[in-house]
Amino acid sequence: MKVERTAVLTVPRTRRRLLRRLDSRVSPYLFVTPFFVIFGIFGLFPLVYTGWISLTDRNLLNPVSHFIGLQNYTQLIHDSYFWNAVENTFGIWFLSTVPQLALALVIAHVLNTKLHARTFFRMAVLLPQVTSLVAVALIFTQMFGHDYGFVNWVLGLVGIHHVYWEAGRLSSWVALSVMVMWRWTGYNALIYLAAMQAIPEELYEAAAVDGARRWRQFVHVTVPMLRPTIIFTVIISTIGGLQLFTEPYLFQPNVSGGTGGSGRQYQTIVMYLYEKFLGSSQFKFGYASAIAWCLVLLIGVFALVNYLIVGRIRSAEA
Amino acid sequence: MNGSTTSRRRRKATAAVIAVAAMVTAVCFVASSATAAHRDAITLTVDVFGDFGYKDLYAQYQQSHPGITIKEDTEQYAPHHTALAQHLATGAGADDIEAIEVGYIAQFAAQPQNFVDLRQYGASDLKSRYPAWKYDQAVSSNGSVIGLGTDVGSLGICYRTDLFKKAGLPTDPATLGKMWPTWSKFLAVGQQFQSKIGANGPKFIDSGSNLYNAIIAQANPAYYNAQGKVIAASNPKIKGAWDTTMQAISMGLDKGLSAFSNDWNTGFKKGTFATVTCPAWMMGYIQGQAPATKGKWNIAPVPGGGGSWGGSFLTVTKQSQHPAEAADLVKFLTSPASELYVFQHTGNLPSEIPVLTSKAVQSFTNPFFSGAPVGKIFAGSALALKPQVLGPHQGDYQTAASNAIQRVEQKKQSANASWQQFLTDVQNVGG
Repeated sequence: MKVERTAVLTVPRTRRRLLRRLDSRVSPYLFVTPFFVIFGIFGLFPLVYTGWISLTDRNLLNPVSHFIGLQNYTQLIHDSYFWNAVENTFGIWFLSTVPQLALALVIAHVLNTKLHARTFFRMAVLLPQVTSLVAVALIFTQMFGHDYGFVNWVLGLVGIHHVYWEAGRLSSWVALSVMVMWRWTGYNALIYLAAMQAIPEELYEAAAVDGARRWRQFVHVTVPMLRPTIIFTVIISTIGGLQLFTEPYLFQPNVSGGTGGSGRQYQTIVMYLYEKFLGSSQFKFGYASAIAWCLVLLIGVFALVNYLIVGRIRSAEA
Repeated sequence: MNGSTTSRRRRKATAAVIAVAAMVTAVCFVASSATAAHRDAITLTVDVFGDFGYKDLYAQYQQSHPGITIKEDTEQYAPHHTALAQHLATGAGADDIEAIEVGYIAQFAAQPQNFVDLRQYGASDLKSRYPAWKYDQAVSSNGSVIGLGTDVGSLGICYRTDLFKKAGLPTDPATLGKMWPTWSKFLAVGQQFQSKIGANGPKFIDSGSNLYNAIIAQANPAYYNAQGKVIAASNPKIKGAWDTTMQAISMGLDKGLSAFSNDWNTGFKKGTFATVTCPAWMMGYIQGQAPATKGKWNIAPVPGGGGSWGGSFLTVTKQSQHPAEAADLVKFLTSPASELYVFQHTGNLPSEIPVLTSKAVQSFTNPFFSGAPVGKIFAGSALALKPQVLGPHQGDYQTAASNAIQRVEQKKQSANASWQQFLTDVQNVGG
């Protein structure tokens, strides 16, 4: 009896122990599994599959495709339109990001002071975020029109000749940067604002005691304390900026080609990808996939550069 | 039809049309009600771009075919065709009936495996209705008929009579047609216009690429030769169209607008240009953009004779669950009565010879265009048309040419450098 009883007891006990061990070992993995399954299906698989396609001459008009090795990539390296798109993308990114983040800092600083209707203003700066991207692009495209655009009308009032925003290289970059800035400045301002509120009040008090006025407090207390946040926003806007598509795509009057202006003056990398992929009737899936992978590479390199910058700031703080 | 066309119905049906339509409806109803009663309720989906003017015709068809519901999806010109190519390649998502524009028809006719061969449903019997070239454009290399023609683009010159009067030019279409039998004579009239109006006033033409496309629409061969080889670089007709366009720009006749841009749209309202090369579907576009300019426009015959720009087909995809019913609807929508109805209400020009030569079309005038005999002008141009060999990359070459012309208009490149870049672009697209 006794033996039996212990036997009966021990079996569940070892099983329970096993279960507990399993629970502590396996459960964490089970909890994170859904993410990885979904990521695998919608993230990793397309990524790898795109990589595979980029090694073929796959074309929608062509039922059969062949493995062609790195031919798409070597062709891409010698494709002047691709490098033009890279240049445009970085140009627009620079023109939009630098003033945008500077402006966001200033706005956040203003919102952090004791304003009347503070919540209203804080909500208001986020308003551009919730408008439709297409609506933004279409309205700004109208405003930057040559003959009847609002911007040229205002310039005309002060005697400046009409600017053909869409036709010029720099002018089109400026117009697109304004669109990007309008949409994203408020978003970044709120991130800065959140970080600013985490800065201890004593620092400002100490600065005030030392005789630092508002502007000096901003430059010598706020900005240094915000550095990690600034790095974060730089990385985020880099990733977003390198994938710029909708604004320049809709900026073109006759959108069918996706060439980014008559001289490709504002064709971004993603627009070029789109042109090869679907924009015209070329359907060069293999080539477009190669562009996609080069974009991944470019973003990777940029992330690395940013990582190194972060490292340098940390060591400077230490 | 062109995708950006947002033509609106502005006129009420004449009593005669209503009577005809009612009769057609009644006949269809009697003929089909016997079989229709046994059919289960089905929905047919029709995917078009822009405005095909089919709304009333759907209602008619549904009434005469109980149990059939028609749903129309509409999109813009370019996205419509891109989506169709995707849906066919992936084997899902295409509607029962898909409209295809002539610029894309060669590309889709090259994949007959994706479309129902309409010969199964009596398309061969309808061949005689169409000009041979229109019918043949939707015939693939294995002989299967993937689509039936809806409209043709045809060509005329839309012009502002008020501006012409100001410039001391005649304003009636017949006289103007005689003044510009060729494109170089057209430019000569333009020079006369511009010297009176002045360089800072309205320009003679709206856009270089519209002029170029109209001349190309008359060329045979254009980008492809009869064997389907790309001859853009060697074809003197392409270079000729280019040179004429460059001449117009250097003479200062060109407003340099980009077609379908905001400035172009506003230009119709404000009268910043005096002429537009006008496919039939452009009538609807102008009326939609600038309703207040009613009566200020007129339409004259196009220089260089016949020409076509645009025009579409209706196809039945293999993905359709009801190919027989869909094919029947296609036959109804492309029937002479339907094509006439669409022409009278929306402006898209019929493609069938009996309709083009009918009294109803020949005597049709449009009050918006100063009562111009638009039926006669457009039908005449369509019937005089010499068909053009099309190829899968037609649209790409057109885009490349438009960009090339704009580079010159925007003074970014010399005419010569821009032409060279155009040739490189054509080469990169491939055949």
